[in-house]
Formats: sequence, structure tokens, C-alpha cells
Amino acid sequence: MRRITRIATVGVASAALALSATACGGKTSSDAGSDGADKAAIAYDIGGRGDQSFNDAAYAGLAKAEKDLDIDGNEAEPSDGESDADKVQRLTELARAGNNPVIGVGFAYAPAIKKVAPKFPKTTFGIIDDASVTGKNIANIVFNEEQGSYLAGVAAAKVTKTKTVGFIGGVETPLIKKFEAGYIQGVKDTDPSVNVLPQYLTQPPNFDGFSKPDLGKAAAQGQLDKKADVIYSAAGLAGSGAIEAASKAGKWNIGVDSDQYNQAGLANYKESILTSVTKDVEDSVFNLIKSVQDGKPQTGEIRYGLDKDGVGLSMSNPAFTEMKDVIAAVDKAKQEIIDGKITVKTAP
Amino acid sequence: MKKFDKDRLILGLAGPVLALVVALALTTVVLLASGRNPFEPYRIMFESASYADVQVLIINQAGTYYLAALAVAVGFRMNLFNIGVDGQYRLAAMMAALVGASVTLPGPLHIALIVVVAMLVGAFWAGIAGFLKTTRGVSEVVSTIMLNSIATALVAWLILPKNFGEQPAGSNNLTTGEIAESGWFPGLPMGDGAGEIYGFTFVAAGCGLLYWFVLNRTRFGFDLRATGASESAAQASGVDAKKMILTSMLISGAVAGLAGLPTLLGDTHTYSLDFPTGIGFTGITIALLGRNNPLGIAFSALLIAFLDKSSASLDQYGYEKEIATIMQGLIVISVVVSYELVRRYGVRRQQQKVGEELAAGHAIKTEKEAAL
Repeated sequence: MRRITRIATVGVASAALALSATACGGKTSSDAGSDGADKAAIAYDIGGRGDQSFNDAAYAGLAKAEKDLDIDGNEAEPSDGESDADKVQRLTELARAGNNPVIGVGFAYAPAIKKVAPKFPKTTFGIIDDASVTGKNIANIVFNEEQGSYLAGVAAAKVTKTKTVGFIGGVETPLIKKFEAGYIQGVKDTDPSVNVLPQYLTQPPNFDGFSKPDLGKAAAQGQLDKKADVIYSAAGLAGSGAIEAASKAGKWNIGVDSDQYNQAGLANYKESILTSVTKDVEDSVFNLIKSVQDGKPQTGEIRYGLDKDGVGLSMSNPAFTEMKDVIAAVDKAKQEIIDGKITVKTAP
Repeated sequence: MKKFDKDRLILGLAGPVLALVVALALTTVVLLASGRNPFEPYRIMFESASYADVQVLIINQAGTYYLAALAVAVGFRMNLFNIGVDGQYRLAAMMAALVGASVTLPGPLHIALIVVVAMLVGAFWAGIAGFLKTTRGVSEVVSTIMLNSIATALVAWLILPKNFGEQPAGSNNLTTGEIAESGWFPGLPMGDGAGEIYGFTFVAAGCGLLYWFVLNRTRFGFDLRATGASESAAQASGVDAKKMILTSMLISGAVAGLAGLPTLLGDTHTYSLDFPTGIGFTGITIALLGRNNPLGIAFSALLIAFLDKSSASLDQYGYEKEIATIMQGLIVISVVVSYELVRRYGVRRQQQKVGEELAAGHAIKTEKEAAL
């Protein structure tokens, strides 16, 4: 018996190696695709589903489309440390399988979409957080994160008693710097005497700063020790650690991406979540899928700013909405940004 | 003599085969325990690997892994644990991309320059650990791990737009700028839709040959293996052990520097925030599995690449692709255990044989004596 399994495994292993060693065989993986009802697909960014943040918001959009538009949704997760070639492969498979649109969640998909989109002129490709690759069948979904963050800065400056507020960025990338820039500008425009403590958890290509709550917790602890009493964390899942730390110290948090006050995973700390800077990835995904189904696919840059409620501050914590003067200041700032009286910087 | 070689070959193969069997069995147990079909994922993976485009992906990935594993193996042969391959290749790829993007030279020269820069940077970064070990006795394990983190920070700083990087308009990525077309390594097209095999994959194969030749057919290789086997014995027979440590660290780093180049020269042509990471650590697994043998490493690189790439489609069928990650982890554990088992068995067998031969020799002798 033992002999047989050993021989079988040798056979299996050598077959595998032989297969991969002879890259012939006329078929490609995409031939396996089938047709059927309307299909849409999203390919996730680092972290994948379950990050309580960016990827989950994209999934929520897909799930909504499955329910409301009766489409067949597909998802694909990335592997750690993969290359552009893997992303090209993933998008090609999804496109050939008949998914339309195919949405890449995150700027890392830009080079892959640039290569794949021209091969499937009838498929719409969406990319979130990137406007650098363009094409007739590419929809660039971008957000004015700095505008929402500006409002968070206004609120933080109004609420702080110690005149010290914190900013925790997950990974020091240009995208997260937009959050920092808007926040600092909002704080300083409201009260120049308030001190902002900015901190990043990790440096790329180490993306732990978006996924490890203990890093967020330690950083928040440090800022609390420096007398910060409002902490804004733009750090994905790592932000939940920061929320835990600040909540236990009885200080305020500002959440990010989705309305974290209503998130089940953070229910124990919800009272401390003053507000969240929302980024409506969910609706942006849904809108793109709907536009394709309606036969008028979105293309080019689709910008979600304060004006379209693509970004904003959540108003679900009653403790926050009761602060009339803070809300008034936020609303005033919001109007001024929409009217163009205030231009928010995108880099600190 | 020939008989003995065959034995050695069988024993050499027994280790990895045993490890794979155990890993496969354990993965099946994991699948059963989580209430899933224990065979379906394998079928999906083999089916996925029968497609030409996935095969190209596997080969390209194997070439990259092969270089990283060779870099690790050079150290292993010398009893040096170079865990810093990861930092070495990332820093090397980044610097090579920077230099490559800032000049334009006629084709082959441009590529040669990029390759040389990558090797020098890799060697330099590993050389720091070698220098610390030879002069201060710092364990290379500790220093290379730390150098990995330093490399991460250094790359992150260098790639900032205010230093050497650039941020393309409308993008949230940072790059080192695009290398001009003269610096692209031509690939081998595999037909429509299948993509192309990176040209650098063949360079990787060449490196394997070179590795075999240097280690087994040169004085230097002999010294290196001797020092790895016993530093004091080698020193007693006139080998400068410290020099050997530094040199093999430099070579290990130079080879590590090449590991990022298949991707850089064949695909991305720039170093950006999403450049592949973690190849150096996978290289350690592969070097272990391949027993530092150039052919063994080639097979294990293909195996790990196969697991990586063919598992990607598991998602589509409702299986987690982490199954392949579990399998890789189990392979590493079972490799260590099975090699030890096989080694013990081999030693026992050898002793038995020597005993038998001695007894037989004795018998012949007594016969001869009797005849006299």
C-alpha cells in the first residue's frame, strides 16, 4: 500500500513538472469560460475580502448589484507578493469568462488593465483609485479623499480639548498622504494652535500597516501618551487597533472608508467613534455595473467628491450630531469646498 | 563504486519524495477536517496547469524562484544562512531600475549595465553581513534579517518623488520611471494569448550550470564546500576561512540581485510599489527542498511555482487558494523531517554495507590464507 502511494505521488509530481516544463498545449485557461446571464467581477487588492474596509466596500457594491440588478457576481483574490503578470492573468480570465464589467480594486491593477483592456474592447474595465491608465473601455473611479479628510480635520480641531490630535496612516503611499494632507489642512484652517501628530505604520512594500491591528494599537498608544484626544486612522484593518486603544482611554476616534460606527466588528467601541470619513466605494462599484447593464457603460474619469456625496463625514453617532457648533462648522466647510472657496491640497 | 552512486541517487530522491507524500497526505487531512472534497482541489489545479498561459506563468515564476534559491544555496553550501536574499533582490532591482531608466545605451550594453548594477548592489548589501561576520563575529542570520528591514525603509525613501522616484499623473503608485526599450530583455513568445517566457529565465538556467561548474569543478568550489563542511579543518589545510565567508556572501548577494530581473527586464520595466515581494523567503524553501543541488532546485522551483499559479483558479470553484500555501508550509516541515530520517537510514545502511564488505573481505582473506 505504502509502495503504491509513493509510486502514485512520484507519477503525479512528475506529471505536474512535465506539464509545466513543456509550455506547449494550444489551449489557454480562458477557453474554459462559459456564457450565461450578465456577469460582473471584481479583483481584490492586498488583504482581500474581510478587511472591514476598502475591499469589503467593493464587495458590498457587487453584492448590491447581485441583489438589485440580478447579475452573477464573481470575485478573485490576489496572492501575497504577486507580480503584474499574475494580475494580467486574473483580469484576462475574468474578462474571457464573460464578466462585464471587470473591476480592479486598487491602483496596483493599473499596469495590468493597461495590457488587458485593449484585448477586450467590448468589456468595460473599472479601476478604483487610479486615473493614469485611460482607454475607451476603461472607467477610472477616483475619490477626493482629501475633501472628506478636511472635514474630519475641522471636526477634530473643534472637539479637541488638549489641542493635540493624531493621524495614523496605514502605509506611507501617495494615496494615504491625501488623507493626511486634507486632515492637517482642515485642522489648521479651523484652529492653527492645534498640533497634529502624523504617523505611518509601515513603508511600502510592507503592507502590514493595512492589516495588523496591533500596529495601529501601538501607534495610537504613543499618540495618546503625547496627549492626543482625537485620533483619525486611515489604516484599513489596522485602524481597528487604534480605535480599541483610544476607546479604552476614553478619547475620540475618527474612522475611515465605511461608517465604522455601524460596523459589527467594532460594536464594543462604537461610542468612541465620533464620525467616519466615508468613501463610497460601494456605490461607485454598483453604479459602474448598472451603467454597463443599462448599455451606457461609464468611461474615463469618474470622480466622486463631496459634491456627489462620494466622500463625506458619517452622521450616525448621536454624540456627534448633538455637537451643534461642530456640525455647523463642518457643514460650512463642506459648502465652501463644493463652492470652490476652499481648495484642499492632495499632498502634505 | 557505481552501485554506491546509484544508492546515493535513490537516497537523495527519497528525501524530497517522502516529503511530498507526507505534505500531500497532510493537506488531504486538512481538507477532510474542514469538510471539503479532498481530491477536487488537486484536479482543479492540474486542469489549470494544463493551459498554455498558466504554464508560461509557472515557468516565468520558476525562473525567478530559481535565482533566489541559487543565492540561498550558495550560502548553504558554505554553512551560511543568508535570509537577506529578500532585501538584497528588492534593493538591487530598485537601484538597477533607477540606473536603467536614467540612461539610454545600445541594447545589449543597456541590459548588461542593469544586470551589473543589480549584481553589485545585491553583493554590496549581502557583503555588509559578510563583513560584520568576519570582522565582528555577528551572526549572518541576525544581520541579514535586520538588513531586510533596512532595505525596505531605504527603498521606500529612495522612491519618494522628492528623491529619485516619480508619481505618474493620476496614479497613486510610485515608480522609478520607465526603462527605455533598449533595456528590455527580449522574451520567447509562446503564441496568442499564452504570453511570453521571459528571456531572463534562460539566463537563470545558465546560472544553474555555472553554479554546478564552480562548486564541483573548480578549486574555489572545493574550498567553499570544504569550509562549509568544517571550517577548522579547511583552515588547517590552508584555506582562508574568513575570506571564503566574505566571498561566498558576496556571490550569494550578487545572485540574489538577479532575482528581481526576470520581472524587471521582461515585464514591468520599472520598479514600483507593487513590485513582487517575498521571493527571497520562498527561495529558502526551494533551496531546502532541492538540497542545494542545481537540478533539485530547478525541480522544486517548478513545483512551488506550479502550486502558486495553479492554485489561483481555486477561488473560482469555491475553494480557498490558501490550500496551496498550507501545502507549501507542510512541504517545508516534512522536508526537514524526512531528510533527517533518510540521512539516518543512509548512515545505517552504509554501516551495514561496510560491515558486510569487511566480513566478506575477511572471508576471502581467510580462504586465501587457507589456500596457502
